Amino acid sequence: MKAKIRVTLKSGVLDPQGKAIENALGSLGFSGVSDVRQGKYLEVDLDTSDEAEARTTVEAMCQKLLANTVIENYDIELDPA
Amino acid sequence: MKAHVIVFPGSNCDRDVAVSLGEAMGRPPEMLWHGETEIPETDLIVLPGGFSYGDYLRCGAIAAKSPIMRDVVKKAEAGTRVLGICNGFQVLTEAGLLPGVLMQNASLKYICRDVMIRVERTDTAFAGKYGNGGVLRIPIAHHEGNYNADDDTLDRLEGDGRVAFRYCTADGDPSAEANPNGSARNIAGIYNEAGTVLGLMPHPERLADPELGGTDGSPMFTSLVEALQ
Repeated sequence: MKAKIRVTLKSGVLDPQGKAIENALGSLGFSGVSDVRQGKYLEVDLDTSDEAEARTTVEAMCQKLLANTVIENYDIELDPA
Repeated sequence: MKAHVIVFPGSNCDRDVAVSLGEAMGRPPEMLWHGETEIPETDLIVLPGGFSYGDYLRCGAIAAKSPIMRDVVKKAEAGTRVLGICNGFQVLTEAGLLPGVLMQNASLKYICRDVMIRVERTDTAFAGKYGNGGVLRIPIAHHEGNYNADDDTLDRLEGDGRVAFRYCTADGDPSAEANPNGSARNIAGIYNEAGTVLGLMPHPERLADPELGGTDGSPMFTSLVEALQ
């Protein structure tokens, strides 16, 4: 089982990198771009085929280490392949 | 007084703080590798500045989960004084010993220069020697020093007098211009509820000897020695 985890800044948390990217996109001529947010993407291979177990494990990983829940949200996608 | 400096892979201010603290103590503190699981009897634990684990994932996140930290948390909760400087402050927030988070500087730039900070409290073991407070010149050197927390947490910190230091002008005005990194309410350092755990971004150990161009950092170390001996 592969877990695909996206960690993003909560809305309302200032994202200076996102802002810099947004400005760079603007200077490249991409108009109408707003609210660019940058985040992290992680892949974790798990030694289980049980989806419920995998979700519980990855949830705990996110809470304990992968995300700082003071400022970040996370989103878990499980891929049985 | 017994003191221990924790060394993580990537710590780079561990020896500086050991020299400054050792100067005040009259002998050097013990250095402890992060892989240890127990800290011997101690009065003060220092988490030094640096780039523990290369700042991977988030600054301080992996160090906060290293074996020694279980005992740091345990001892901190039992009242042992803990001082986290720069990366050490980041580790303390990631370990849950201090609230909030240190985000990337608002300017997106790494900042390495002296700043002025105002002493907000002098009734702790860390700041007793700062007398009536006042303004200190202390260097900062960080890319992630932008302190933030939700408004409720910030109000609680202010209400409980847990703001330790604030970025300010030379006159002590915590103005927006004097804020180097975008920190909420110009916060440069905070205490835990009991005032026994201090995290700050500025580096007192870097200006604690006349040969380094200043001594505004020294009273933090002499305060600790006086309070804990």
